[in-house]
Amino acid sequence: MKKSSDINKISRSSDRLRFSFFPGCSLKASGHENTASLLKFCDKVNIELTELEDWNCCGSSSAHSVDRNVAKYLPMRNISLVPKGVPLLIACPSCLLRMKSMYLKIKKDKNLRDEYEEMWGKSFDDELEIIHFFEIFNRICLEDFMDNPTEKLKRLKVAPYYGCMLSMPPDLRFEKSYSGIIEQTLSSLGADIVHYGYGNRCCGTYLSVAKPKIAENVVNEIVFKAREAGAECIVTACSMCHLNLEIRCTLENPIPIFHFSELLSMALSVEDQKKWFPRHIVDPLPLLKKRGLITS
Amino acid sequence: MITLVDNHQSLSDEIRLSSGINFNACLHCKTCANGCPFLAGMDYAPNGIIRLIQLGMEEQALKSSTIWVCVGCNTCSSGCPMAIDIPAVMDALRHKAIEMGVEIAEPDILNFHTQVLNTVKKYGRTHKLEIMMRYKLKKLDLFSDMGVGLKMLKKRKLDLTPSKIQDKKAIEKIFRH
Repeated sequence: MKKSSDINKISRSSDRLRFSFFPGCSLKASGHENTASLLKFCDKVNIELTELEDWNCCGSSSAHSVDRNVAKYLPMRNISLVPKGVPLLIACPSCLLRMKSMYLKIKKDKNLRDEYEEMWGKSFDDELEIIHFFEIFNRICLEDFMDNPTEKLKRLKVAPYYGCMLSMPPDLRFEKSYSGIIEQTLSSLGADIVHYGYGNRCCGTYLSVAKPKIAENVVNEIVFKAREAGAECIVTACSMCHLNLEIRCTLENPIPIFHFSELLSMALSVEDQKKWFPRHIVDPLPLLKKRGLITS
Repeated sequence: MITLVDNHQSLSDEIRLSSGINFNACLHCKTCANGCPFLAGMDYAPNGIIRLIQLGMEEQALKSSTIWVCVGCNTCSSGCPMAIDIPAVMDALRHKAIEMGVEIAEPDILNFHTQVLNTVKKYGRTHKLEIMMRYKLKKLDLFSDMGVGLKMLKKRKLDLTPSKIQDKKAIEKIFRH
């Protein structure tokens, strides 16, 4: 029986959900396996993503650190590019923070709104909806797209890792919280969730380049705690966190790090793993074979 | 003994205005310091920076490594009982440090931010490989940490060519301001 909260969710037979898609630099030019598995997954669950035309970098950590104006105008331009009436879906937690906080600021601030309209020659769209990828789990019923969902991930022991940007930073503190989505989704697909208390710990972000030792310490701590709690792998919500957890882990027996989209796609029987996993530094194939999740 | 300088309120007021954050609500309970994953790399704890500004010891605050090592992960503000957006204060202090031309405690971190924004200015998007190369050139240190760079190249985590936007004029406009 369907839960009452699922009534408004779409099912296999319903219309496709359409979103404008903001990949951001990390997914577009580095985490290709994240993007590829995300697009496959969305297609399988009847979601159509159209890449935002000619989008630019959201400004990331660097713009707000050193140049207030650039930090303001980079997200502004992206907001001005979104076609009317189509929600904007963002998969990168950091891009989401930059874009959504700017959107909320313009909404509240008359001067900023005037500046936006003058600069981009468009009226500000008060109705625009900017959502994180996780929001789709409130809009679709994943179980409708597969048979025997609880057998899909074969009790893989997963430590969920959200990173820091999704844990309601001050600018988004009145917005929806997505903590628990990874746990809920993957356990409904037959994974065992490992609780380890470091799921929102920062991965070190750009300190990975400028202060590698510091990044190494925080990454090792996260991976160590996950492993100590019994996890066989970590699943990340953020492409940049994924990169840091892989390249800065110096522990002797690192565990594989998956993108959330990879596990979701695997549960939906997408067969593209051979394109994604060679891009991982810690080879996930032995673990997947051991669990019977991959045969050859 | 702490001697307050005559104009000790001025920087405090300025940072309060430019960040929009009333850090004078700080109780100095040190929740921020205890939770910060990067404390070991900082010379002052986050609340220590707030204390310095309150006391008018602006030079120490602006010359600290803390304002650069803080990545804005918001662990501090999530735990702060007074809900102070501490990373927003750090942003304002970094801007002030650059504006006043004080000696930057963490030139590598500023170098990194500069290289990121340089690629955004050129292509409209970041280009990781170029950021890393230029960062290392500027630092005159091409060979440290090479293992990780090679690993990333081998695993094709660094695209060789940049992803670019079409509307270059828009990006020029953004950087002209």
